[in-house]
Amino acid sequence: MELLKRREAWNITYTHALGETASWFFVQIRDNARIYGRRCGKTGRVLVPPRAFSDQTLEPTTDWVEVGPGGRIETFTIVYEEFQNLPPPPYAFGYVMLDGADTAIGGFFKGVDLAEPAKAAEQLKVGTRVITKFAEQRKGDMLDFWFERG
Amino acid sequence: MSAPRVGIIAIGQSAFQRRRDDASYPDLVREAVNEALIGAQLELDDIEAIVYSLSPDAMVGIGNAERLGVDAVGGRGKRFLRINTGGATGISSVAAAYYHIAAGACDVVMTAGADKVGECGDSQTVLNKIWDPTYERPLPLGTITMLAMSGIRYADKYGMSEEDMARVVVKNRLHASLNPKAHLRQEVSVDEVMASRYISWPIKLMDCCPQSSGGGAMVLASEKYIKQNRLDAVWITGVGHCSETYYLGDRMGRGFTADHADAYALKHSFDRAYKMAGITDPVKQVDVAELYAPFSNTEYHSIEAAGLADLGGAVAGVNEGRFSIGGAIPVNPSGGVLCTNAIAVTAMIRVAEIALQVSGRAGTHQVKGAKLGIASGNGGDHQFFGTMVVEA
Repeated sequence: MELLKRREAWNITYTHALGETASWFFVQIRDNARIYGRRCGKTGRVLVPPRAFSDQTLEPTTDWVEVGPGGRIETFTIVYEEFQNLPPPPYAFGYVMLDGADTAIGGFFKGVDLAEPAKAAEQLKVGTRVITKFAEQRKGDMLDFWFERG
Repeated sequence: MSAPRVGIIAIGQSAFQRRRDDASYPDLVREAVNEALIGAQLELDDIEAIVYSLSPDAMVGIGNAERLGVDAVGGRGKRFLRINTGGATGISSVAAAYYHIAAGACDVVMTAGADKVGECGDSQTVLNKIWDPTYERPLPLGTITMLAMSGIRYADKYGMSEEDMARVVVKNRLHASLNPKAHLRQEVSVDEVMASRYISWPIKLMDCCPQSSGGGAMVLASEKYIKQNRLDAVWITGVGHCSETYYLGDRMGRGFTADHADAYALKHSFDRAYKMAGITDPVKQVDVAELYAPFSNTEYHSIEAAGLADLGGAVAGVNEGRFSIGGAIPVNPSGGVLCTNAIAVTAMIRVAEIALQVSGRAGTHQVKGAKLGIASGNGGDHQFFGTMVVEA
């Protein structure tokens, strides 16, 4: 028998409040091109991206600590497949532990030729030193900065 | 304190496919429920409570689809709970059904659900929405990229190669070829996996689970009810859960408590289930395992978290055939999540397949002589884990 289908697209809008901690963090990125973490007063761990409380102790974090701009790659991936509503491939992104931080923050990796997967992966392997680069026009967002080898 | 025994008296599962254009969402739920009720030789009125297994609504494209599913499970007039722990949803649902009975609240409980992942054109977009809108979602995170990044750390730590990943696919596809309910049933070679295109380095197309549609159902009952009605059953003797903190980047760097390479909280979940079941040496005591692993690399850390190999030791085990049907401890004899992933019921099917194995009813993918099996489910970005021990 003839089987019918019905196509639908959800288009839902939200305006998310980022809260005090993330707002301060993103203003520093936007206005000064600096990245800060929050220190857990109990353990001394510097959490980047910054949070109002420690996930381990649930204690409020106590002070801002500037981190980076250098760091080391903790993990990465290179995407070669196109997904609807995600960026056009190829692109590389992953997590970097910035100097002075105890946790890793996500970001894109740029400046690496991604044409040959194995060669590109070698350039981004765990432990590779990177430097944070900032966009000239910044709006206070995770995409205002990225990482390059160096 | 010793928990009262709870038995599995019936299961139902669809023959999973990418799409089921002959069936609406509730039709698929009903398909699995009917099979379970026939297996249990029960009427709907015999079921006292429903635990409804349903992961993110956006995957089926119906908000709170448990509303639409309530008729398909015969929920009218009954206790009803919906469970959602992402990929772990199915095993969390079996656990919730278990707790109804272990608490003495009910004697017969059904858990059921379905998914139609193949109808969602944007599943990685839906899964990107599980990350917070502040720090992580602006990046193109999805379940594939998140677990590719786990594979990168695992490879860096233990030396897993892309060929090692491919051998997991070859094993599970061979297993799935023996399982008429599996979605991807075609055998593949290491060369074919290696030649498939990169999706998210180091994961290639054939290292990925499919998007499956189908339903699952299980009926659990108290020991008293099973004995009074002279029913066949297998027994859930261990139940564990464990959670992990939110931020992916906290599972690397300095001073982390859990490495994103491994499945630390899954190990704790297994420790709890094993303690409850009195298992002290899983390598000797476990006959068969169905471990939640949607990408080839994640089967390695799951095998290790289950205590079936040392950290980093699962690779050699797979290469030696220890975890194949015919080997010492077959892992994913059904073909596993790598060959079938209808997310809302995937982790339930892990338990259901183990129930089939220890009752000797797994048919062509039966592990000979299996009497004790384990199952697991993983949800979120490694946040929620569930584990079970099932015995004949």
